[in-house]
Amino acid sequence: MTQGTPFNVPFLAVAALIGIAFYIILSQRNLIKLVMGLSILASGVNLFLITLGYREGGVAPIYTHAPAGVMVLPVPQALTLTSIVIAVACLALMLSMVIHIYRHTGSTDSEKSRIMKG
Amino acid sequence: MMSKIVRTMASLLILFALIYGLYIIMHGHLTPGGGFQGGAVVASGVALLIVAFGSDNIHKSLKEHHLSILESSGALIFIGLAFGGLAIVFFYNFLVGSSIFGHIPPSGPNTGDIWTAGVIPFMNIAVGLKVLAGLSAILLVMALATTVMEVEE
Amino acid sequence: MRKIAIAVSLSIFIAFLIATAFLIHPFGYPPSEMDDYIIENTQSETGANNAVTAVVFDYRGFDTLGEATILFTAVTGVVMLFRAKKKREK
Repeated sequence: MTQGTPFNVPFLAVAALIGIAFYIILSQRNLIKLVMGLSILASGVNLFLITLGYREGGVAPIYTHAPAGVMVLPVPQALTLTSIVIAVACLALMLSMVIHIYRHTGSTDSEKSRIMKG
Repeated sequence: MMSKIVRTMASLLILFALIYGLYIIMHGHLTPGGGFQGGAVVASGVALLIVAFGSDNIHKSLKEHHLSILESSGALIFIGLAFGGLAIVFFYNFLVGSSIFGHIPPSGPNTGDIWTAGVIPFMNIAVGLKVLAGLSAILLVMALATTVMEVEE
Repeated sequence: MRKIAIAVSLSIFIAFLIATAFLIHPFGYPPSEMDDYIIENTQSETGANNAVTAVVFDYRGFDTLGEATILFTAVTGVVMLFRAKKKREK
C-alpha cells in the first residue's frame, strides 16, 4: 500500500462499526437494544458507501461554483442518500412494532414473553 | 405543551425551517440537497412544532390522513413523470432541450441556472412532497400514540 | 453454549471484515469508469449541475422508485399500527 492512508483506516472503522452492530444483534435480548444495533449497522453501511466513493483531494460532484480539482464518485453518494431514507423509515416501523410488543406483553425482552419465543 | 417562551420561539423558527426546506427542494439540481433532504428539513420543523405545542394541539389542524393523501399524490406525480419518458425509455429525461427547465448549462464549473435539468426539478418537488408528508405522518402518529400511553399509566 | 456459538461466528465474521478492509482498493483511489462517465456527461445529458441528483433521479431512477415504495410502505405500516390500536380503545 504505497498510496493513501496507511492500513486503510476508514475501512477499518467501517469493519469496527459493522462488527459492533453484529455483536449487539447477536448477544442482546432487549428489543430496543436490537433496534439500536440495526441502526448502528445502517450507519456502518452508510460510512462504507461514502468511504468507497472518496477520491484523494476530491470535491463534491456539483458544478455550481465548483472549485478546481477532481470530483468524488457520485453513485455511492446517491446510494447513501437512498440508504439513509430507508434506514429512517425502517427505524420508525421497528420502533412502532416494539411499542406494540411492549403494550401487549409488558416487557421488551425478546425471550421472556411467550409470544416472542420463536 | 411547553412554556410560552418555547412556543413563541417555535412559531418564529418554523418559518425559517419551512423556507429553508423549500429552498433546498427547489434548488436540488444546483446546490447540495434535493427532495429527500428538503423534506427531512421540513419534517424536522414539524417535529419542533410537535415538541413545542404538544401533539394533540397539532393534530387539530394537521391530520394524518391528509398527510397520507399528500404522500400518495407525491408518489403518483413521481411515477407519472417517470412514465412521461416512456417514448424512449423508462425514466428518460424528456424535458431537456424543451422550453420548460430545458436549458443546458455550459460544461464545467458555472454559476448555476435555475431553468436547467428537465424533469429533475419536478421529481425533486414530488419526492420532497412525499418525504415531507411521510416523515411528518410518522412523527405525528408516533407522538400521538406515546402521549396516549402516558395518560393511561 | 449460546455464548460460545456467538463468539465463534462473530470472530470469523470480523476476521472476514478486517481482511476485506486490508484487501480492498486503497482509500482515496477507487476504480471509477462508470462514475467518470457520469461526471463527464451529466451536464450535457441531463442538464443538472448536481451530479448526485442526476444519478438519483435520472441514471438510477429505478432505485429511487423502489426507495419511494419502501418509504410509502413504512409510513402505511406505522399509521395502520397506531390507528388500529386507537379504535380498539374506544
